[in-house]
Amino acid sequence: MMWNIKQGYVSLAMQRLRRLVHVYVGGIVELNQSNLKGELDRWKSTTYGKTCARFPERREKFEGTSGIEVQPVYTPLDTEGIDYLEDLGFPGEYPYTRGVQPTMYRGRLWTMRQYAGFATAEESNERYRYLLEQGQTGLSVAFDLPTQIGYDSDHELALGEVGKVGVAIDSLADMEILFNEIPLDKVSTSMTINAPAAVLLAMYIAVAEKQGVSPEKLNGTIQNDILKEYAARGTYIFPPKPSMRLITNTFEYCSANVPNWNTISISGYHIREAGATAVQELAFTLADGIAYVQAAIDAGLDVDEFAPRLSFFFAAHNDLFEEVAKFRAARRLWARIMKERFGAKKEKSMRLRFHTQTGGSTLTAQQPDNNIVRVALQALAAVLGGTQSLHTNSRDEALALPSQESVMIALRTQQIIAYESGVADTIDPLAGSYYVEALTTQIEEAAADYIRRIDEMGGAPMAIERGFIQSEIEESAYRYQMEIESGDRIVVGVNEFYIEEEPPKGLLKVDPAVADLQCKKLADVKASRNGEAVEKSLEALKAAAEGTDNLVPYILDAVREYATLGEICDTLREVFGEYKPSGAY
Amino acid sequence: MGDSMGTDTGRKIRVLVAKPGLDGHDRGAKVVARALRDAGMEVIYTGLRQTPEQIVAAAIQEDVDVIAMSILSGAHNVLFPKVMDLLREKGVDDILVVGGGIIPDEDIPALKECGIADIFTPGTSTSETVKFIEENVKRRS
Repeated sequence: MMWNIKQGYVSLAMQRLRRLVHVYVGGIVELNQSNLKGELDRWKSTTYGKTCARFPERREKFEGTSGIEVQPVYTPLDTEGIDYLEDLGFPGEYPYTRGVQPTMYRGRLWTMRQYAGFATAEESNERYRYLLEQGQTGLSVAFDLPTQIGYDSDHELALGEVGKVGVAIDSLADMEILFNEIPLDKVSTSMTINAPAAVLLAMYIAVAEKQGVSPEKLNGTIQNDILKEYAARGTYIFPPKPSMRLITNTFEYCSANVPNWNTISISGYHIREAGATAVQELAFTLADGIAYVQAAIDAGLDVDEFAPRLSFFFAAHNDLFEEVAKFRAARRLWARIMKERFGAKKEKSMRLRFHTQTGGSTLTAQQPDNNIVRVALQALAAVLGGTQSLHTNSRDEALALPSQESVMIALRTQQIIAYESGVADTIDPLAGSYYVEALTTQIEEAAADYIRRIDEMGGAPMAIERGFIQSEIEESAYRYQMEIESGDRIVVGVNEFYIEEEPPKGLLKVDPAVADLQCKKLADVKASRNGEAVEKSLEALKAAAEGTDNLVPYILDAVREYATLGEICDTLREVFGEYKPSGAY
Repeated sequence: MGDSMGTDTGRKIRVLVAKPGLDGHDRGAKVVARALRDAGMEVIYTGLRQTPEQIVAAAIQEDVDVIAMSILSGAHNVLFPKVMDLLREKGVDDILVVGGGIIPDEDIPALKECGIADIFTPGTSTSETVKFIEENVKRRS
């Protein structure tokens, strides 16, 4: 496999070389380009050089977050290795650089999907219905940490965490309340859930059944991306091997039963938030993607059966052009990997569809209203980069969970970009910019380079096991912080342009009583269900986990009997054990 | 503790950087750990998902001068005071304890009340944290 991808890149380089040779053969073009080179040199030593000598530029060297040097000006010389049809193509066609859909936002705007959830299912349900009334077009569920790590609300480790960063879900009963009066055949729902993703998906399917909606009508996404949990986000439960089994089990189950479900959202967002550069975000995400595809193929699945339902999730940060180039490079690189490395035949298998969230780590606690502007720039980058769905952060998220008013501004930001800015009216409007095309190629090459290094280590799981990905991220995070502290990087309102300000008012606070309320609900569920049926379903799940069956149907049976998330995860913990990070610091 | 030979003033400040609770956001904790180390301190990082009991046990076992805790999940009002209670239970009163993370201003007075020396919120430079620890560490003065 490693060899295949290398061959792919070698053949890519050869194609580019041949094109250059053609250019030379084609006389006139050659003359123009060499004229241009001479003219550029002349400009640099005269017009530009003289000015620089008298008025030095703001800094000696300009760089993006990934350390790629930014030139003073870009010309056709910077894009001469790019072949339009081979490297860019048309929207909806290989290699999808210009977008995965033929009409992009001219047909339908991106899905405006605000990540939300806090306290109890009742309160979150109220927020979802508010957001849908305000014109949001998809739901995105935030779960609290005990739910994400497979503990019920009454577990000792849940102390202080219940309902804090998301909604607490202990059993199907909570899930029924969460989606009360929300028709699951009409909305698409994204759930940020990883280690216990199969359990929450099963609960969603069970709620739909109760609403009379069959699984094939369901649309949505489970994040289900465990590798980045080990590397950057931290909500792991089981060791890598059984975790990968649960993931390939959901691929298989959904391709047969829930065909419109995105079975994984391979996430760079948290890698970026942990401190990675744009290039690292792209490289580590696609390396994780390669590992999932390989694991599913190794489990006997056909690549074109499951690959069309893979989806991705990236961050959008402040450096507008670097971000746009990153999104374009992501599509091109993934298309080539799927085609050349994995031999995918279906077009859908090669299309990198992605969700974007603006960068939480770019928000400042100081002068929080400035964050509205940062979010607008980042959202613009995501749209210019061709995202399929978008979450815009709220101005107060460096301080607390967002208030309803802040969420509204964040949603309105997307609507202004969509309906007033005009950027959605033509497809991939920055294509052909010398800078953006050159940067797209540079980012693609730098990411491919990282992927080659990770391949040489034996793939992403091994690179994580060895701590390579973690230490690369940490190094970037530290460098970024030191740049801020030395004043080399300006953050408005933090290390420059600061003011004395009053503490912000109206922050959202989760009532500490939520934990008691949730524990009481849990006790009620346990008292009213059929205990014998629960036990039987958990025993069956345990036996299946010890064997090789697909676990999703067993989980679904347990969920229908109101077995709790904690009980189901504990059953699996007994068989699989728990992941213990090796990295002593 | 431990330095009965009166070498306290010569030894490096020992810091336990700790992540109580379930949240996995340790970018800040790791950046602070490295900055403290670069400032000449000895730093032990606990890793994720530590209970208050584990943190206090590690602090005593590692004989640290400072505990620096980070929480971004909102569980600080429960978990920070719990660490302070446990320290008091064990009769430890000479460890400087500081906290950081996404912590609303209005929560800070109560946290200081229970014995947290200071709370560092987003935007704090690591040099401020270093300076605060150097000036306030109890055992070396």
